[in-house]
Amino acid sequence: MSTEYTVFSINGPVVTVRGKTDLKMLELVRVGRRQLSGEVIGIGADSATIQVYEDTSGMKPGEPVVSTGGPMSAVLGPGIMKNIYDGIQNPLLAVAEQAGNFITRGIKSFPLDENALWDVEILVKPGDRLKGGDCYARCPETPVVMHKILLHPLLAGEVADCKPSGRYRVNDTIATLKDSAGRLHELTLCHTWPIKKARPVNRRLPLTRPLITGQRIVDTLYPVAKGGAAVVPGGFGTGKTVTQHQLAKWCDADIIIYVGCGERGNEMTQALREFAEITDPRTGSPLTNRTVLIANTSNMPVAAREASIYTGITIAEYYRDMGYHTALFADSTSRWAEALREISGRLEEMPAEEGFPAYLPSRLSEFYERAGLFELLTGETGSVTAIGAVSPQGSDFSEPVTQNTKRFTRCFWALDKNLAYARHFPAINWTDSYSEYLSDLSAWYDENVGADFVTMRNRMYAILLDEKELMDIVKLIGADVLPDEQRLIIETARVIRIGFLQQDATNPMDTSVPLIKQLGMMRCMITLYDTCADLIKNKVPLSKITATGLFDKTASLKQKIPNDKPEMFDDFLSEIRNTLRPLAQTPGEVPK
Amino acid sequence: MIFEYIGLERINGSLVVIDNVENAGFDELVEIRLDDGSVRHGRIIRIDGKLATIQVFEGTSGISGVNTRTRLTGKPLELCLSPDITGRVFDGLGRPIDGKGFSAASCSRDINGSAINPVRRVYPRNFIETGISSIDGLATLIRGQKLPIFSGSGMKHNELAVQIVRQASIAESEDFAIVFAAMGVKNDVADYFRRSFEEAGVMNKVVMFLNLSNDPIIERIITPRCALTAAEYLAFELQMNILVILTDITSYAEALREFSSSKGEIPGRKGFPGYLYSDLASIYERAGIIEGCKGSVTQIPILTMPNDDITHPIADLTGYITEGQIVLDRALDSTGVYPPVSILPSLSRLMKDGVGEGYTRDDHSAVANQLFSCYARVLEARSLASVIGEDELSPDDKLLMEFGRAFEQQFINQGAEERRTVTETLDLGWRLLSVLPCRMLERVSDAMLDEHYTGKG
Repeated sequence: MSTEYTVFSINGPVVTVRGKTDLKMLELVRVGRRQLSGEVIGIGADSATIQVYEDTSGMKPGEPVVSTGGPMSAVLGPGIMKNIYDGIQNPLLAVAEQAGNFITRGIKSFPLDENALWDVEILVKPGDRLKGGDCYARCPETPVVMHKILLHPLLAGEVADCKPSGRYRVNDTIATLKDSAGRLHELTLCHTWPIKKARPVNRRLPLTRPLITGQRIVDTLYPVAKGGAAVVPGGFGTGKTVTQHQLAKWCDADIIIYVGCGERGNEMTQALREFAEITDPRTGSPLTNRTVLIANTSNMPVAAREASIYTGITIAEYYRDMGYHTALFADSTSRWAEALREISGRLEEMPAEEGFPAYLPSRLSEFYERAGLFELLTGETGSVTAIGAVSPQGSDFSEPVTQNTKRFTRCFWALDKNLAYARHFPAINWTDSYSEYLSDLSAWYDENVGADFVTMRNRMYAILLDEKELMDIVKLIGADVLPDEQRLIIETARVIRIGFLQQDATNPMDTSVPLIKQLGMMRCMITLYDTCADLIKNKVPLSKITATGLFDKTASLKQKIPNDKPEMFDDFLSEIRNTLRPLAQTPGEVPK
Repeated sequence: MIFEYIGLERINGSLVVIDNVENAGFDELVEIRLDDGSVRHGRIIRIDGKLATIQVFEGTSGISGVNTRTRLTGKPLELCLSPDITGRVFDGLGRPIDGKGFSAASCSRDINGSAINPVRRVYPRNFIETGISSIDGLATLIRGQKLPIFSGSGMKHNELAVQIVRQASIAESEDFAIVFAAMGVKNDVADYFRRSFEEAGVMNKVVMFLNLSNDPIIERIITPRCALTAAEYLAFELQMNILVILTDITSYAEALREFSSSKGEIPGRKGFPGYLYSDLASIYERAGIIEGCKGSVTQIPILTMPNDDITHPIADLTGYITEGQIVLDRALDSTGVYPPVSILPSLSRLMKDGVGEGYTRDDHSAVANQLFSCYARVLEARSLASVIGEDELSPDDKLLMEFGRAFEQQFINQGAEERRTVTETLDLGWRLLSVLPCRMLERVSDAMLDEHYTGKG
């Protein structure tokens, strides 16, 4: 079905068509002589409104608008991995080959490489019954990702015919399926799925496993579950992008989808370069082998920016349906919300807070609800973890995007300008942040890391909270007048801040740290605190304890003990005890 | 085919509407001929069937509704370019105003440009030595970067920009040029830049686009786009290294606000249009290096923060797009420190990959981090001293106070003509850090301390 209409009015990316049409809401259309992609976003009595994903300069009234019959969809099949797409799934490498260094309008390229031959193993035979989401073939997509070729979730039937295993292109027919009505469907290596619709699953499962990231403050203080949703808000210069890159590089998800939504072009180049350089500790091959990048930089068309988030999460769900744990990073959802605002303004809709449309919260919740741990149609499990950055205007967390995102995510990593100014990275503020997943995950930590992990975490957190209260006093009168017990808290908190919370992304050993080392570090810090507290109770002055240099030594554990030698922590624990024992035997003079 | 229409339907602020238009294209350039024969230019910003809304660059004063003739040119606003544009002065719309007339254009380019495909960008890593310690040492400028100066009225941002241009070591190379765009700046400021470029002997390498504060506001929206089109042409077609100075972004954003409100758009924060971010990005993102091109576009936009407020939408959104910022501080300025760079909020995002071994010196980022961290503690000590008095501070805090004063007077402060190499800057950093005991320097490695530390331990 391809009925033709004509353009009536043009206002930036918003184009209207006059007259009665049979266009459907959210249908994909081709607009103008250059066949720009657009989406129907409103239908009136005698007009239809279209948002165009490309620049409309030079378009004239009367140019054709062609309907395609279907909604904006992603093409899902082998070849997605390692690729870099724009917001509407145009492969940017292929676009560069066609159009050169700059992005030119109207260039369409099939999202997957149509000429690549894949080593396909066919897993069905004629007569097999298949239901939606079943895997009928598979092929190695990259050295580390086995791509399962899935039946379209809404199809079911009996395999009528199939080819033998062998080398095929994405659009080759490898099997034929006969549905219950007797219609024949040709099955290729790929299928399409509308990006704004969540792919179906059997049911949601409770979240029990953490997404391990190697970042100490995240793993220990504010963990996010596999299938959870987290938000990283922060003003400019607080390290949102570095934090997102670090999480993407080191988290233990099987598949990483990184969406650069309205951000800097150079940052995407950096991500491309760094992800290719990093040897993935899980597989030993470059990280790019299990990564997809979606780059819709800030100067690319605003409507495609709106689509980029959905394209990303649809790809994440597709790999989830193969039984993988996927993680989606969206940097930044504020730019996406601004795209909504811009389109909404052009439609002259009634604005709510700060000019954002009233449907902002519902759009945000729709997006974050697509994260989760699921029982798939096939009965297997898979998850999508969504981690969104938010760029609040003026670092003001009370603005609508931060506030609404907070409602739909359960993990909040607040980036703090003052920490960033003092070059304390990651600049995640330990008192403003929270994670509601902590109680769900305690059991996992007990079983897999150490029974004392959660206790240690809570002790450490308590010391940090105490320090915060004390600092209010210190700011007024100085630390010298505090009693020794309280100065011990300040001294230990300093060790925790420098030695544990601060983590150097550029240091090869410190950039990602296994949980067992994190536990070892915590044990040393808490033991140091407890032992010193006992000494102070016995009237040993703090100055005598600090003179041993143990605090500085503990703070530098992150560099001194290699990641793969957690047994060295036991030696250090004995060193703490042995160094401090003599102090207890020779009590100092009684403080005045 | 050229169409001409007589009469206007409506005039509203800088917008005019004509009816019964055939074949008008969105974003197309139009010529408006007034009764008295003078010609103005505009561009189509909205089409509703046969109604076209035109934004008139030179303003609508004196335009009448009846006898005005409007001609569609059939193309978007383009800038005529040729290799000999260097050394020339243009107005805000790219027309020569230096009396030398149009030179034979070898080509013309759409001033809106196109987005650089991210896969074809080259990640910028080459350090530009500006000779200014606070920039080279702590917020290095990298070729292909966009690094704005956040200033306030009355501070020395113009002097700083001129000093960067004069001292940047790329300035000595043959294939170097400066594109200067003035948006709504005062005549004497534009004059200051012109004089400074002449004194530095680089005037024949400068392309100037001037939209001064008494020039039409709508033109101001076009000015940076003309400048960047020229910069891209010189960089990516003639393979030159271009430094673009855009001043003042605040006037630009205010022009955009005025234009937006005359269109009746729904305002966002402080009355600025909701698309201010996208619009600023379409300017700032036109910096960078492209695969296979020897040239580069480096941007130094200058913006004066209204009321010195860094959370003002213009400064805020700029900070989200650019790769760092150099913030000037009024308190430092009033103590006579030049350049009054506020150390803590200033940063360069590309610094981490452009310094260190093979680029500047192996200890560069460690020293920078140590200086940042110590200076942050200086400020804490100062706020404590303001409550309890400096005499009551702990010995460590007293040392910090001493370090803070020396740092401001010797490191940040330098002469407008003084040029320090990056090695001198780093050595100076070490000399200042040596005031503090080793144990307070937790960001540098022991090996670096052995090599550079000269304090008492």
